[in-house]
Amino acid sequence: MSPSAAEVAATVTDPEMPMLTLADLGVIRDVRQDDGGVVVTVTPTYSGCPAMDEIRADIRRALAGAGFDAVEVRTELSPAWTSDWITPEGRAKLSAAGISPPGPAARRHDGPVPLVLGAPRRSIACPQCGHPESEQIAAFSATACRELRRCPVCREPFEHVKEI
Amino acid sequence: MSFDDAYGALTDHDDDTRWAYGTGFADPLAGVPAAIPPGVDRAALAEYCLMLGDDALIMSHRLQQWVTLAPELEDEVAIANIALDLLGQARLLLTRAAEASADVAPAPAAASSAAAPAPVAASSAAGDAPVAASSAAGDASTGARGEDALAFGRGPAEFRNVQLVERADADFAHLVARLLAFATWRLAVLDRLRDTADPILAAVATKAVKELTYHREYAAHWVVRLGDGTDESHSRMQSAIDALWPLLAELDHEPSPLAPTTWRPEFNAILSQVLTAATVAEPAAAPAESSAAAPAESSAAAPAESSAADASLSTEAPDAVSAVDDAAEMSLPGATLPPTHRGGGGGGARAANFEISPLAESGRDGVHTPALAEILDEMQGLARSVPGGVW
Repeated sequence: MSPSAAEVAATVTDPEMPMLTLADLGVIRDVRQDDGGVVVTVTPTYSGCPAMDEIRADIRRALAGAGFDAVEVRTELSPAWTSDWITPEGRAKLSAAGISPPGPAARRHDGPVPLVLGAPRRSIACPQCGHPESEQIAAFSATACRELRRCPVCREPFEHVKEI
Repeated sequence: MSFDDAYGALTDHDDDTRWAYGTGFADPLAGVPAAIPPGVDRAALAEYCLMLGDDALIMSHRLQQWVTLAPELEDEVAIANIALDLLGQARLLLTRAAEASADVAPAPAAASSAAAPAPVAASSAAGDAPVAASSAAGDASTGARGEDALAFGRGPAEFRNVQLVERADADFAHLVARLLAFATWRLAVLDRLRDTADPILAAVATKAVKELTYHREYAAHWVVRLGDGTDESHSRMQSAIDALWPLLAELDHEPSPLAPTTWRPEFNAILSQVLTAATVAEPAAAPAESSAAAPAESSAAAPAESSAADASLSTEAPDAVSAVDDAAEMSLPGATLPPTHRGGGGGGARAANFEISPLAESGRDGVHTPALAEILDEMQGLARSVPGGVW
């Protein structure tokens, strides 16, 4: 039996973190298939994520290759994507690729978003040697969704997917 | 695609849409229902989306100008990422503005295809029932024209961004001071728009709050690092805050009825928190002709001209900065932090604001410094020379 549209869409990889499928990343919110065709609903990771257009095109291409001709990719902005939507499988793949997966995103409390200056941040383990602590080198990295860190033991720099 | 092969990763796509003028990059709202809910004033929504979108677009451009000029590579990466987030917010907001009302958008460029519809498709679908999502291709063409027409087809007087975002930065301290104020203000404002009546504006705001939290943190850490650093970095950070202060009064002049009115206490508290940690003095009031408001140590700090970043920007910065400062000194009095300018909100608060800032010199009204025209000359150069061009 040939794969369903949902199964095909789930195998498409992220253009900037190709070790992850879109399903691993949690950006595919819904895949609906009826007589009229296939409707895939995606949620962008960041407002300015330049990969979104590639992602839409990749979904259409993968589904067309599997015989689904009438494909529509819709964008759903709400609820906003959170790093909590990265699946356990996705986190394992990030670690295997030397990228530290995100911890739980900060819970939003009532009142203004607090600004934390200089407080010690949560411990983030080195994905190379497993040392439980690391230091931040830069708050942003090759993509908006990652920061740059360094392990004090093995001295290797590594990327960490930010909690958002 | 191989994760280890950067060249392959960049070249193995058979589509060539790229995020640039005329390259057919898709509508950022592709497939999002364009309906405007009943009870939402389309013109007001369009105007306010335009204001918030222009703020993000022009601030993004100023940040982009720092790429290759920042003190360290990591900061260029950070600044580029912040600029990218803001550009993404701008695209969504300008697209929404064009959907809400055709009146905010200039006509499509003359050279585009004769069959081109007006940049706004949504006006005919204004019912309360969700519109059936049109095809992604259809959305892409109308949406892209909407945002492109707004970004590349308007002159300075049609831009609604606050003057704060167009200001050129004399040095890196000026940049982080301005970014701190901008991110703190925008975060407080958008946080209050998360439950606004228009679902698209609410969704954009909800997403942007998360991003701006990182932007504010980045700027705040730099202000503290410079302010609480060496004598030289401290005096330059103090000078940057002194120069920033007169520009903050404009933020209270918010003509849109959709604009939140209660952001000031949060803004003031965050800036006080950062400046205290940075050991930088809050300017007592807008520095008028007298330099009495500036602490003694900063009055001795000549405009910085020694750093590489500074020198690199010096071709355009001095005139633009002095023009902004002149305008600010003449027309933006009373930017002291502690008082809450806006009392209860609504018309009364707005009237009170006019007493504090009796100016028509706001970017919100289309009044800009010469710096904006310089930015647009650069940003719109290609679109002006090849109107409606596609490649």
